[in-house]
Amino acid sequence: MSSVLFLIPIALFLGLLGLGAFLWSLRAGQYDDLEGAARRILNDDDDGPENDKSPQNNKSD
Amino acid sequence: MTCCAPGVEAGVDALSTPETDDETLLANTHELKNGSRQLELAVPDINCAACITNIESALEKLEMVENARVNFSTKRVRITFSPDKGRPSDLTKAIVSKGYRTFLLDPDLDANKDKTLSHLVRALAVSGFAAANIMLFSVSIWSGAEPVTRDLFHWISALIAVPAVAYAGQPFFRSAARALRHGALNMDVPISLAVLLALALSVFETLNHSAHAYFDAAVSLLFFLLIGRTLDYLMREKARGAVRNLARLAPRSALQILEDGRREQIALNEIRPGMQLLIAAGERVPVDAEVVEGLSEVDLSLVTGESVPEQVSEHSNLLAGTTNLSGALTIRATRPATDSFLARMIGLMAAAEGSKAGYKRIADRAAAVYAPAVHLLALGTFLGWGFASGNWHTATVNAIAVLIITCPCALALAVPIVHVVASGRLFEHGIMMRDGAALERLSEITRVAFDKTGTLTRGQPTFIGQIFGPPELLQRAASLALTSRHPFSSALVVAVKPANSMENAREIPGLGIEATNQDGVWRLGRADFCHASDSLISTSDSTVWLSLDDMPLAAFTFADQVRPEAKHTISTLLANNLKLSLLSGDREAAGRRVANSIGFEDARFDLTPEQKLAALDEFKGNGEKVLMVGDGLNDAPALRAAYVSMAPSSAADIGRNAADFIYTRDNLNAVPFALDLAKRSARAVQQNFALSLAYNFIAVPLAVTGNVTPLIAALAMSTSSILVTLNALRLRLASKATAPAPTTTSTGSGQQNTVPAQ
Repeated sequence: MSSVLFLIPIALFLGLLGLGAFLWSLRAGQYDDLEGAARRILNDDDDGPENDKSPQNNKSD
Repeated sequence: MTCCAPGVEAGVDALSTPETDDETLLANTHELKNGSRQLELAVPDINCAACITNIESALEKLEMVENARVNFSTKRVRITFSPDKGRPSDLTKAIVSKGYRTFLLDPDLDANKDKTLSHLVRALAVSGFAAANIMLFSVSIWSGAEPVTRDLFHWISALIAVPAVAYAGQPFFRSAARALRHGALNMDVPISLAVLLALALSVFETLNHSAHAYFDAAVSLLFFLLIGRTLDYLMREKARGAVRNLARLAPRSALQILEDGRREQIALNEIRPGMQLLIAAGERVPVDAEVVEGLSEVDLSLVTGESVPEQVSEHSNLLAGTTNLSGALTIRATRPATDSFLARMIGLMAAAEGSKAGYKRIADRAAAVYAPAVHLLALGTFLGWGFASGNWHTATVNAIAVLIITCPCALALAVPIVHVVASGRLFEHGIMMRDGAALERLSEITRVAFDKTGTLTRGQPTFIGQIFGPPELLQRAASLALTSRHPFSSALVVAVKPANSMENAREIPGLGIEATNQDGVWRLGRADFCHASDSLISTSDSTVWLSLDDMPLAAFTFADQVRPEAKHTISTLLANNLKLSLLSGDREAAGRRVANSIGFEDARFDLTPEQKLAALDEFKGNGEKVLMVGDGLNDAPALRAAYVSMAPSSAADIGRNAADFIYTRDNLNAVPFALDLAKRSARAVQQNFALSLAYNFIAVPLAVTGNVTPLIAALAMSTSSILVTLNALRLRLASKATAPAPTTTSTGSGQQNTVPAQ
């Protein structure tokens, strides 16, 4: 019983933390463009260590 | 990867010229704190990962741009720039130079959508958090916690549930209150009642140290319902956003010629009768007007449905919305913008509005029966237990249990979940759905009415063949045609693919093309331009002549061709026992050929917009429910008046806004595809209703007899909600075989192609 007394607040606190994190990420616009985020992985950034070697890049227009 | 060259598909499309007017662009920005400005533009052709890089890097190369971010989901780009370092029109030019079309967004449509959505998502997160935590406590109570622990857990649950319901329940409470204020009952009334009563009863029971509390039921119910509601909202928002990206094809301003000869850009609503305006080739005529100077041809296809371009010269009358094809025209406005042909169509549409307003969604019809029945049942339980046992506390508890268990959770999910899944399927196939009610109406139709030009046909001329002269002259004609952007020339170039253009060829607006070489003066154009007589060859198609030194040598015919998939579409619809009609504004001579080649029994021609409306009224009088498919300005009232309507994304603005469905892939097979999906959705909705009714038949007797424990309530409600959702998801599984086949003109890359190949 005594263990429950501090485990429950901890569980609730962690849950609230998760809720807070979600609300923050929502406000920060992280869910605005889910499809785009999935596609951007395919792009090679200019500052990457080995850019323009991927076959995706051979089409420039 | 053909998907990365959308400019090719769009062709030489004069209508896609971007907004290049600095002032208009600047007016659509908003200022940030540090003095830079932010502009959001629609780029409807973004469809692959490379497009993102292309556009962002092109913009960021400009000195003025601080940041450019493409949003792939909404097909838009948001640009932060400092206006002191450059002109806003450079931004649109940078995008266009990469081969993408770009438009300003319609500012009227953006009002408060973000607020609603983020409120729904926040409510969803809060209720999810509350449901998960309360369920943890409930599980230990169900597995037999001791009375002291149980009371503690009930108190903690109450502490979580009360604020969670107060926050997350608001969308339902507000809607229920609105309905009650108007003396109506919707699904949200029993939902709100069940949630609030369950919460109140649970608090009361907690105070009395009793064994049962329904916190978990109240909160998880909200959670499930909010999932449905949020998805439903997202679906409509996605379609609306996509439509909004298309909104900027109509002219918003015009070039006025002042009396001293200066030119000035003025807004559309500032145009007064008598003003002189300059319309360049490729631009749309903004208001009804009369030609003062110039010779050109205008494309009427979007306005009247007539497929052959009309030659205009001094004193010709022009209708607003027509496109000037070949030469610059000076025109005098004869009516203000508010009184133009376009405005007349809007007036007709407002009058036609009534027919759809009477439609009651299936969920509302169900609620109208279900809600009173449930409330009567609860009242009966309350009175029955009260008089039978004399214990009014038990009577109250049981009556509330009935309300909780009959809470139309599954019923409220039954319809929106199906619509969400169906709209996702449609979206994947390039069809955008306005709202779920349209899908319900589509499943009921008995007749399909088509517009001709641009809908059944391509809406632009195609080269048919050479009817006169030696065949080797075809190459010569095509090399002349390369110089011009006239639709006939484009068609000839597409068909023949000439190697190189003739030197010093020039276009003579409204007449044709002329070039001189060692043989003499070549001319390609109208009969009178080439000194030929049209009566030599009588045909309903349009003829273009080729002449050398005023001597006609060859003639070529063009016609608006029926789409290759049209026949298949029509036969699929006929196989579904639908009646078909053709309502065309084109002349009978041109239209009859099309009607016959596809096989329309009921074909009507030369229809004014009013006559199209009358035709629809006639069908309606016979008890028929009509799907109207059309694209023109003249179809807009009919699109609004029809029971349900579809339009291609290349349609005129107001037509597109009036339509319930918009298909973006320039393929008529969208019609049978949407129809099939609508029918299967209607079936899925019925199955879902049956499922939730079956659940009620089992659960309600338990509740009335007072045997429902919180555990049973939670299990029963979750199971029925999940069953309903799974049943809706079946729509995704079974429909692979009926996907519309790609046409010959599609890119074939499998990528979503939102470019209306005009």
